[in-house]
Order: sequence, then C-alpha cells, then structure tokens
Amino acid sequence: MDALTQLINGFGTALTPENLLYAFLGVLLGTAIGVLPGIGPAMTVALLLPLTYALPATSAIIMFAGIYYGGMYGGSTTSILLNTPGESASVVTAIEGNKMAKNGRAAQALATAAIGSFVAGTIATLLLALLAPTVARLAIKIGPADYFAVILLAFIAITSVLGSSRVRGLASLGLGLTIGLIGIDATSGQQRLTFGVPQLADGIDIVIVAVGLFAVGEALWTAAHLRRRPIEVIPVGTPRMSREDWRRSWKPWLRGTAIGFPFGAIPAGGAEIPTFLSYVTEKKLSQHPEEFGHGAIEGVAGPEATNNASAAGGLVPMLTLGLPTTATAAVLLVALRTYGIQPGPRLFETEPVLVWGLIASLFIGNTMLLVLNLPLAPLWARLLRIPRPYLYAGILFFSSLGAYSVNASSFDLFLLLAIGALGFLMRRFGLPVLPAIIGEILGPFAEEKLRQALQISNGDLSGLVTPVSVVIFVISALLLLSPLVRRLLPRKATPPVLTEVGEVLEETHHHEQVVAADDGRAGRPPSA
Amino acid sequence: MTSAAPGSAPEQGRSEFGVALFLGALGVLVIVEALLLPDSLIARGPVGPAAVPVVVGSLLVIVAVLLGVDVARCGRGEPEGGEDVELAGGSDWLTIGLLVAAFAANALLIEGLGWPISGAILFWGTAFALGSRHYVRDAVISLVLSVGSWYLFVLGLGIGLPVGILRGIL
Repeated sequence: MDALTQLINGFGTALTPENLLYAFLGVLLGTAIGVLPGIGPAMTVALLLPLTYALPATSAIIMFAGIYYGGMYGGSTTSILLNTPGESASVVTAIEGNKMAKNGRAAQALATAAIGSFVAGTIATLLLALLAPTVARLAIKIGPADYFAVILLAFIAITSVLGSSRVRGLASLGLGLTIGLIGIDATSGQQRLTFGVPQLADGIDIVIVAVGLFAVGEALWTAAHLRRRPIEVIPVGTPRMSREDWRRSWKPWLRGTAIGFPFGAIPAGGAEIPTFLSYVTEKKLSQHPEEFGHGAIEGVAGPEATNNASAAGGLVPMLTLGLPTTATAAVLLVALRTYGIQPGPRLFETEPVLVWGLIASLFIGNTMLLVLNLPLAPLWARLLRIPRPYLYAGILFFSSLGAYSVNASSFDLFLLLAIGALGFLMRRFGLPVLPAIIGEILGPFAEEKLRQALQISNGDLSGLVTPVSVVIFVISALLLLSPLVRRLLPRKATPPVLTEVGEVLEETHHHEQVVAADDGRAGRPPSA
Repeated sequence: MTSAAPGSAPEQGRSEFGVALFLGALGVLVIVEALLLPDSLIARGPVGPAAVPVVVGSLLVIVAVLLGVDVARCGRGEPEGGEDVELAGGSDWLTIGLLVAAFAANALLIEGLGWPISGAILFWGTAFALGSRHYVRDAVISLVLSVGSWYLFVLGLGIGLPVGILRGIL
C-alpha cells in the first residue's frame, strides 16, 4: 500500500495552515466565479491563473485544486437555478434540476448535487490515488512511438466523441495544431509561421490561447447576443434533504461514480456521454419513472455525481500521461506548465510532494466545498443577479490583466484579442473550442515524440509500429471512421443504451429550442 | 461525415462556405510556409521542421473540403448557447465594435498611461458598450477595480504592472 503512505505524506503537505488557507481561498473564489452565469469551470481556472503566479508551486497547485472543484460546483448551481447551462457537462443536471427548482425544491436539488459531488469526488479521488501510480509505472515503459499513438488517439477521440459535428471538431483541432506550430522549431532552430515577428519566436503563450479562446471569445460571443431582459432566478433557501430524498439519492450517487470515473480516465474524455448515460440509467432503474421530466431527484443526483467522478477520473491521464481530456483539465495542465512542471509518467517520481499534495488537497477541497456550499447557497444565488454589463466587462478586464502579466507585453493583448475573435467565430459556426486547445497543447508534444520514435529507427517508418501502437492506431481509425463502420454493421449491433442516449440528447436540444421560443413570447419589458 | 443539426438561419450557409475557404487558405499557407523553410544545418533526425506543418496543413485542406461538402448538403454549425445568450436575433455588431475599441484602447494605452488608467478605460468602455448608462457609478467602479488590482498585483503578488502617469502618486 505504497500509494496510501504517499497519500498520507500528501496530507502532511496539504494540511499545513498556510496550504489549508490556499485551499479555502481556492474553493471560495472558484465557487464565486464559477457560479457567475456564462463562466464555466475552464474559464474560472483560466481567469484565476495569474493569482497563483507569485505562490510557490505546491501552494499554487493546492489553491488550484480548490478552484477546480469550486468552479465545477458553481457551474451546476447556475444550471439548476437558471436552466440554461453554459457547458455540456451541466446539461443533464439542468433537465431535472431546474424542474425541481421550479417546483419549489431548489434547496433539495442543490443539496443532492452538493452531497453527490462530495461523495463521488471523494470516492473518485481515492480511486485516482490508487490507480495513478500504477498507470504511471506502466506508462514509463511505453516508448515514444506508443506515446505518439496515444496522443493521436486523444485527438481523434476528442474530435469524434464530443460535439455534434465531426468535421467541425477536426477543423477546430487543425486550428489548434496550427497555433501550436508557431514559433522556433526545437530541433532545427528554424522559425515556423512567425512571419518575422520577433514576439512570435517563442510561440504564443498557452495562457494567452486559453484565456483568449475561453474567456474573451465567450465574452464577445455572449455580448453580441446578450439577453436584454432580466433573467429569472429561482430563490433558494439553505439546501436540505428529507429522509425520502436521501433514500432516493444515495444509489444514484454511487452508480454515477461508477459510470463517471472510467469514462473520465480513458483518454477519450468529456463528461457529456457519461452524464447522459447516468441519466438514462437512473430513469430506467427509478421507482418513479413518471417523475422524470418533472423534477426527479435521481436525475440530479446521478448525473451530478457522474460529472464529478469523471472530472477526478480525467486527472489520471492528465497527471500520468500529460493528456488532458476536458477543457478544465487542459487549463490545469497549462497551469502546471507555468510552474515548470511537465505532467507525465515521471511526475510521480520527480515531484512526489507536489503530486500527493495535490491529490490530498482534492480531498480537502471537496470537503470544504460541502461545508461552504450548503450554508452559502443563498449567497451564491444572489451572485446570479449581477448586472450583465459588469459581469462581461469584468471578464474582459481580468482577461487583459492576466494576459498582460504573463510577459508584461502589450503585444500579447492584441494577440489575446485576435484569439478572442477566433473564439467568437468558432462559437458562431459551431466549432467546438476544446479540440483547438488540446491541439495547441499536445501538438508540439506529439511532434517531439514522433521525432524521437523515428530517430530511434533511423528514419524508418517501421519505428512507429509497436504492438501497443498498432492497437491504438486501429482504435483511432475505427473511431474516425465509425459513421462508415456503423453503416456496415447490422442495425441491431448498436447498443440500445447508446441509442437511448442519442434520443435524450436530441430531446434536450429540442427542449432548449422550445424554452427559448417560450421565453421570446413572454415579452417582458427590456431591462434598464 | 456527420452534419450538425439543421434549422439555423438559411443565409448562414454562405458564411459557412467562408469558414471552409478560410480553413483551406490557412492550410495552404501552412504548407507553403513549411516548404519555403531553408535547409537547416543543425537539424538532426529524419523528421525535419517541415514534415509536421505539411501534415497539419493537409489536414486543414481536407477538413475544408469536407466542411464545404457538409455545408453543400445543408449541414449547419450550431451556434453555441449559454445562460445569457439569446440566439433569436443576429449578432449585435455595434456592441462588438465598441468592445473591441475599448479592448484595443487598453492595449495601446497601458504602457503610456499605466494600468490604473487604461484598465479603468477598459472596464468603463466595455460596461458602456454592454448597455450600462450609470456613467458616474461605472467610473467609480472602474477606478476602484483598476487601482485595486494594480495594488494587489504589484504589492500583493509581486507582479509588475505599468504605473504610467500616476508614478509617484500610487
């Protein structure tokens, strides 16, 4: 039980008064920013990144763990109380959660979400602690060719699994890879795509890309379509649950954890599919299936636990392979790199204090979140009423501040604006943002591994062929070509659960349109 | 290839061809730039600096073609929704223009006037662009935020921000 000893050491790191304070600050700020409408967990982490520049790496990472969980919990609070979720992972929570809130059960919905997040987060973090060292030990043995194959698989999976259009996912990936190419090539020393601009020689700082795509792009996009009338916020008291609510919630929490963690841990990622899977499972197993669609507590408890468990699961490939699979994990990776830490198989050997401190503080952050959020929920709900001009002005203000402080260069601000414009256009034309950021982060890494593999084989392409890499290449090809493959298979070969997930997805999209149309008809006077 | 949900405005089709064109042009640019790279003396190993850019450029060109085909078959990108987003109307270009102006003003002025002033212009300008008409209240909030963040970063976090014309006052 080496992992457990290490974990206890990690608690030793995380439980110093100073680091506890940073964890607390992280949870508080993360929830406060994450609860603001239009700000998802990834943007929360990106916006709060500069605050940690001055801290020592361990404290900064510990504060970040708090921001990470706080941002996620804040996001689900928003979707329960507002019903128009900003990010895919909260879509399912919003279906039943908002119905519950409208029936006057907002407090119960928030409570089951908070306690479910805690339960799932704790179990999943424990699994992370037990599993990650083993994965890291295995990963150390794989060669550059296998590594290259895994990154390729992550690219394909992220573009094919997420979003509604594969072509648009690939387009986004291509844009990200192109941004990643900019700068001096490490092996030949030549400038690529810099066009003689000296500031581009070092490449575009990844913080600028993350803040530009997530924060500035989102703010510009929302500003262009701003709802000009007051949004309806459901008032909420202190979250609490009756014995009946507990009885109906605990099994979905555990099932959600079981569904979410493995989905998060494979480098194909995203919380969209597991949360829908959890929703469908709960609907099937519930003793009150008729309540689904009208505010069934299982429909909040399951997906919310799934969401949190898959987030913790996502840390397995992130820490052991350096492969982020969600937007938030991508930004977390950016943060780690800013502190000069390269996640990968050796991280557990080279930075044991930091890694185990991080894992221990995930437990602490999760617990703090529960303690903080149950009593503070009414306060968070009030943040939803922040005047929108101030909200989006604030996002642009803090984005500029963060981007400028990276290199103290006003050139970066123009770069930020350009990337923000790209983020705007991507949202306009339905290109998902995640593949771009993953491409920008992992593209140079993939190139490096490819070169290493071919150096070993003296330029022979057979250097890319190993037993492991071939299996991964085949999986990638199947994923990429899955629409064709599915056409060749008989209809029945598609698992019924997946079909149903597809149906729920379509229903929700349809439902959103109906809601939007209803809201449009209500025609309240415009806000002052 | 799968296509996104149809149902957006019909005129979106033409601008989506623009996206395909942009991707294609970018792909060609990446390939050409890579092929124009001079031979390097210090390059080692079989994969030169041009190989990966050529692959990425080709990916962009292929995607551009596929996207063009998808759009021709009436596939439409789905504009992103959100808590504060109302997709019914078109984009509000006046707001965007004002926002970009405020943003660029900060980028141009930050070195000269310093963050406490340029940041305040940024916040006030963006709040104005987004429809806030409480001029005085906005100005007070802007100054508190920009001066406060300057003190927080410079004194609290040890990160340098330009002080500009307020040197000696702050």
